[in-house]
Amino acid sequence: MSGRTALRLAPWLANLALFLIWEAACRLFAIPEFILPPPSAALAELWRMAGPIWFNAWFTLLTTLAGFALAVVFGLALGVLAGGSRLAYAALQPLLIGFNAIPKVAIVPVLVVWFGIGAVPAVLTAFLISFFPIVVNVATGIATVEPEMRDLMRSLGARPRDVLLKVGLPRAMPLFFASLKVAVTLAFVGSVISETIAGNRGIGYLMLQASSSFRIPLVFAGLIVVAAMGILMYGVFALAERRLTGWAFRGQGGS
Amino acid sequence: MTPLLRFDRVALRYGEEQVGTVAVEACSLDVPQGAIVALVGPSGCGKSTLLKLAAGLMLPSSGEARYRGSPILGPRGGVGMAFQNATLLPWRSVLANVLLPLEVSAEHRAAYRADPEPFVARARQLLELTGLAQFAERPPYELSGGMQQRANLCRALVHRPELLLLDEAFGALDTFTREELWQALQDLWLEQGFTAVLVTHDLREAVHLADTVHVMSGRPGRIVQSRRIRTPRPRRLADSFTPEFTAIVHELRDAVALARTGAPA
Repeated sequence: MSGRTALRLAPWLANLALFLIWEAACRLFAIPEFILPPPSAALAELWRMAGPIWFNAWFTLLTTLAGFALAVVFGLALGVLAGGSRLAYAALQPLLIGFNAIPKVAIVPVLVVWFGIGAVPAVLTAFLISFFPIVVNVATGIATVEPEMRDLMRSLGARPRDVLLKVGLPRAMPLFFASLKVAVTLAFVGSVISETIAGNRGIGYLMLQASSSFRIPLVFAGLIVVAAMGILMYGVFALAERRLTGWAFRGQGGS
Repeated sequence: MTPLLRFDRVALRYGEEQVGTVAVEACSLDVPQGAIVALVGPSGCGKSTLLKLAAGLMLPSSGEARYRGSPILGPRGGVGMAFQNATLLPWRSVLANVLLPLEVSAEHRAAYRADPEPFVARARQLLELTGLAQFAERPPYELSGGMQQRANLCRALVHRPELLLLDEAFGALDTFTREELWQALQDLWLEQGFTAVLVTHDLREAVHLADTVHVMSGRPGRIVQSRRIRTPRPRRLADSFTPEFTAIVHELRDAVALARTGAPA
């Protein structure tokens, strides 16, 4: 097997190995299904309940991406503001850290009081949990423009906007995309938390219903679906990162 | 004749009046139009500060910095800068890097946007002169350190600045590459006739390139000695191995040592 195919197969094999160990442990120790179902039971449930799972997963994907899109817009805007102005950075930093430290579980009930049960709290929770890494990374990329480059631009009579557009933002792009990969997986955490606490649709709601009726294999089927969606979206942004900021991957076998 | 650049008892303090650090003090210096002037001195003596004052990036705390007779009140364009770190932007091709000043310069941006052709031709001509023509479309990280510094020089000169400011621009290069770059700079100077101020810690570089070498004292920096170099141009590398050349280098070495420790070497 060549190194390349090994690299390609490695993630699938690791996944398979995990499932096999899990399956073997469940059978070997005769763990009851309502405590830890074997993956075969979860996958069987996934197959049997494909209709409802698909319906709810689709809803979760949409709310997650809506929240994530908000996070990208606000994250970029705040990141540019904080990265471009030391005053704004000083002013915003404690607020942002404070917001990030608040458990999002505690916010959901408040959101429900304001917006009612349903999609809106899920979108907002996904947004709140995922915008922080974007802000921090964009701000860092912009704030760390080399002082020589700043001097060079200023000596030419460049406006601050030019420095931002020609140097700051492009150099922040690799950090931005790296943060998107983290942020999109966090966004799933946010939307599923919200659906679990106060949903009437979505994969989190489905899991809550399943667990309250002791259908633990269905809960695990839901977890697998959330994980798969997270991996998928991570992959999408990893690909975008490679395509759009290939220059940052020089000398790592990429182009 | 008015010098292109004149420092008249310029001082610069960082931080508060009285308590702040004094970077340069009572610096007086003339840079005639078309000359190459070198500033040498112990590290931290404020050489780079003088360049920033010349570019208008900083304003003197006292004294006066004048450009063509009028006080420098801020960045005014017409200046090209290059630093030890080439700071080429990795997401742009070499050519696009060289064109960057035209995109942002207050003076040229409108003309460049209206008709980039002559400017691109100019950039390509500079790359040709520095032997980088076939790398124009390549990303800068594929170039060697010496080639990156050549591209850096091209970027500093693409907008035809009157004044070129080099801050240790060849400092990170090996000796052979550095000597190559000296010749490249001289070729460009012969062809474009700009005025240049270079900050360097390499005395051979200073004596080889400059018409006048100014020695600065340790912090707070003052100019303690100025030495005219009368070697005719174009200067060849071989000139830098003559006894006369070596004598000047030694004389300057002593001056720097004196400036650094207060005692002759």
